[in-house]
Amino acid sequence: MTLNAFYRPRDWESQPPYLHPDYASTVLRSPKQDLVKIDQTLSEVTGPHFSADAIGPLHADLTTNAAVNGEPIGERIIVTGTVMDENGKPVPDTLIEIWQANACGRYIHEVDQHDAPLDPNFFGAGRCVTDADGRYRFVTVKPGAYPWKNHHNAWRPNHIHFSLFGPSFATRLVTQMYFPGDPLQPIDPIFNGVRDPEAQARMVADFSIDITEPEWALGYVWDIVLRGRDATPMES
Amino acid sequence: MPGQTPSQTVGPFFAYALTPELYGRQGIAGNVMAGDDTQGDVIRVEGRVIDGDGQPVPDALVEVWQANAAGRYRHADDPRDDVPVDGTFTGFGRSGTDADGRFWFETVKPGRVPGRGNAPQAPHINVAVFARGMLTHAYTRIYFADEQEANAIDPVLNTVDEARRGTLIGDARPVHGRTVYCFDIRLQGDGETVFFDV
Repeated sequence: MTLNAFYRPRDWESQPPYLHPDYASTVLRSPKQDLVKIDQTLSEVTGPHFSADAIGPLHADLTTNAAVNGEPIGERIIVTGTVMDENGKPVPDTLIEIWQANACGRYIHEVDQHDAPLDPNFFGAGRCVTDADGRYRFVTVKPGAYPWKNHHNAWRPNHIHFSLFGPSFATRLVTQMYFPGDPLQPIDPIFNGVRDPEAQARMVADFSIDITEPEWALGYVWDIVLRGRDATPMES
Repeated sequence: MPGQTPSQTVGPFFAYALTPELYGRQGIAGNVMAGDDTQGDVIRVEGRVIDGDGQPVPDALVEVWQANAAGRYRHADDPRDDVPVDGTFTGFGRSGTDADGRFWFETVKPGRVPGRGNAPQAPHINVAVFARGMLTHAYTRIYFADEQEANAIDPVLNTVDEARRGTLIGDARPVHGRTVYCFDIRLQGDGETVFFDV
């Protein structure tokens, strides 16, 4: 049986470790044993696929996908970019799910007790499938910063959660997109769970005046890089 | 060559987006993976996610990916046209954990799929675990205690120290004519689950 090429390993210079004590919740939730390296098989190079048909057209617009009696409060933004692999090849037709706090820094999640208002017109979740060129586009409002209990006076920088599948179970990625120039980033234990400054920078979107639409919304561009295949097909 | 985008934690607030049924919304996948017409033996897989203090992890997300009962993955890169696809079965499931750290899936027992060099792998379910406090997800596999012969020659199980191999095997017990497999995921400490670098 000939399989398409296997995926390059997770790059542990770019990826955060399990244990990062500054982020207190990692202390009891990080494996202490080394990961066991295994050869990829069909089980790892395959993965779920979700068609665009299964996702309503409004899902990518968070300013309308839960509107009850108006638009959500906040700074309207466009977040767009290309999903590609490490070889620079676009990843088309792959599901992206996002979720975020509202403009006040409050999630609709029932566990979020931050003393900031919910917005009746904002649910804070959306999804889309990348197009043939690997591109995606969301419309939303800029999420607010919010406090958390990690340490005294801890605040999360503005961020949007992203979940991606890519072509296989091995390419699965859950991450967060940050905004340029946010003073909370250098003191955020989650952001700094990634140690390499270049890798950190890959989590931060660029403001784009070209994507910005006049009289309507600010534009941000954020490209996402998933694990890529090694060059040559392998005999399994 | 562009560098990989780093992983970040799924955080505590993913449920309304990723497992949103309790919020009155349809998710992309749930934990009931087998329908009435799905081929194969319907099984239940259940367990708890447990932290290094032995406490339940009530805000984890468990994702599973598996072959169908015939041993075929529903994916373009599974090249074996002689093994049938089951149109009623995607092979993907998602479960959050409850206050006791419990997750469960209703699925079918996967068939065997070949590994490297066409060596047969024992039936298994691929797992990715996400949680607040995990900056990146952890991969593991669920094997089945009633597949002793297949397990004994499974190339991945045989990569693992014998002393830890049991953490990858779900105990089987019959409940109302179905087999329920219990598979706890211990993130740290005594009986720590084997996690893979894949």
